[in-house]
Amino acid sequence: MSREAYQVPAMGGQNAFADSGFSAMAVDNPAVNYLCGECNARVPLKRGDPIRCKDCGHRVLYKERTKRMVQFEAR
Amino acid sequence: MAPLVPSQEELQRRRIIDINAETVTNIPSTDFPGHWPGESHGWALDKFKEGFKVEYHRNDPHEASFSLIGLDAAVANAFRRVLMAEIPTLAIEYVFVHNNTSVIQDEVLAQRLGLIPLKGNVDGINWMRWYRKPSEDEDSTEEDGPSDFNTVVMHLDVECTKNPNAHPDEQDPRILYNNAHVYARDLTFSPVGRQDQYFVGDGAIRPVNPDILIAKMRPGQKIEMELHCVKGIGADHAKFSPVATATYRLMPDIKIQRPIIGDDAKKFAKCFPKGVIALEPVTAEEASQKGSGYEGHAGEQKAVVRDAFNDTVSRECLRHEEFQGKVKLGRIRDHFIFNVESTGQFESDALFLEAIKVLKLKCTRWKRGLSDLMA
Repeated sequence: MSREAYQVPAMGGQNAFADSGFSAMAVDNPAVNYLCGECNARVPLKRGDPIRCKDCGHRVLYKERTKRMVQFEAR
Repeated sequence: MAPLVPSQEELQRRRIIDINAETVTNIPSTDFPGHWPGESHGWALDKFKEGFKVEYHRNDPHEASFSLIGLDAAVANAFRRVLMAEIPTLAIEYVFVHNNTSVIQDEVLAQRLGLIPLKGNVDGINWMRWYRKPSEDEDSTEEDGPSDFNTVVMHLDVECTKNPNAHPDEQDPRILYNNAHVYARDLTFSPVGRQDQYFVGDGAIRPVNPDILIAKMRPGQKIEMELHCVKGIGADHAKFSPVATATYRLMPDIKIQRPIIGDDAKKFAKCFPKGVIALEPVTAEEASQKGSGYEGHAGEQKAVVRDAFNDTVSRECLRHEEFQGKVKLGRIRDHFIFNVESTGQFESDALFLEAIKVLKLKCTRWKRGLSDLMA
């Protein structure tokens, strides 16, 4: 079996990540931006998309840094 | 009965701490009432004024060296400690990170930023008050929280990009990219409220050393942060300490008790740092004196102490057989050679005056506390 044929397990009602809180997200299905671990390109991913860079095909993607302000003490 | 008055020689002997081959003796001071029977050593202001002396050796903006002569070790040490830990200065305290995609972590970067010495208009810094953290409770007053009189706002906004004009074979990242290195000079000061009256032109808040490397970046990386600087003291955190070093040492004292002549004199001079021991020819007058030890040595070189100030008191001369009993090493107990190295927020000589101000303030507080106790 080739690696491309791998199917993400169906996210049924039993899946802990798919209940209540996530169901609202699943409705509008927003694209979340990730960063490719190889070429640093932006990869917008929707739910169910293959985890793969659109430019170079690399399969390791990173989350973007939070856009929230973070406070530190300079100590 | 009138108090006994010790002879000048005796007083001079008491001023010296003896440094022997293996031991240090005569260490504590004895000029206080009740130590020497019959002598009065009560502290009096006019007596102190008479004996107290200040000598400046060096006075540069970032380093000062001066002698305080005729005061007790407790007071000298109090000044040193006040210099290091009690003089308020400005430093970055709160870091608000909007974006940081560089390889250096937020908390590490924040800590590095805090340690950068800042300078600005001294009147402005003295005008500023302490920052008081707004309390969690409801009864916090208007005074708490950041305001123009307690917080200085700076920004650090840098983005690394490729330099299109760079030579294709270029290896140096500083030329290959724009903003590959983030330096302290990239910090920008944004005055708020009345701060633009104080911190203008040369008085603007800026890092003392613009070349401090803060972080390294590569194209696409970005640092965007807001920095809040507040006043604090060194006892709270070392970044608030206005001095890099503040030390004192006692003036060395070398006494040549018996003549050291000829080759011995050369060897003797080599036991000390350069310039401490000088060689002088024995005069005919000295050679004609019976019992001086110079008889028949007219014209030969003898060792004399030229400048004990630079001596390190290494005791090297005490190790050699030929100098046994000929030399006495010591330190003068009430001659403190201070060395104050400023980090740049204040001039180094002004720092010592600040230390006196702080100590004075502490004394008045103590006095008030005492009178409250009696009332």
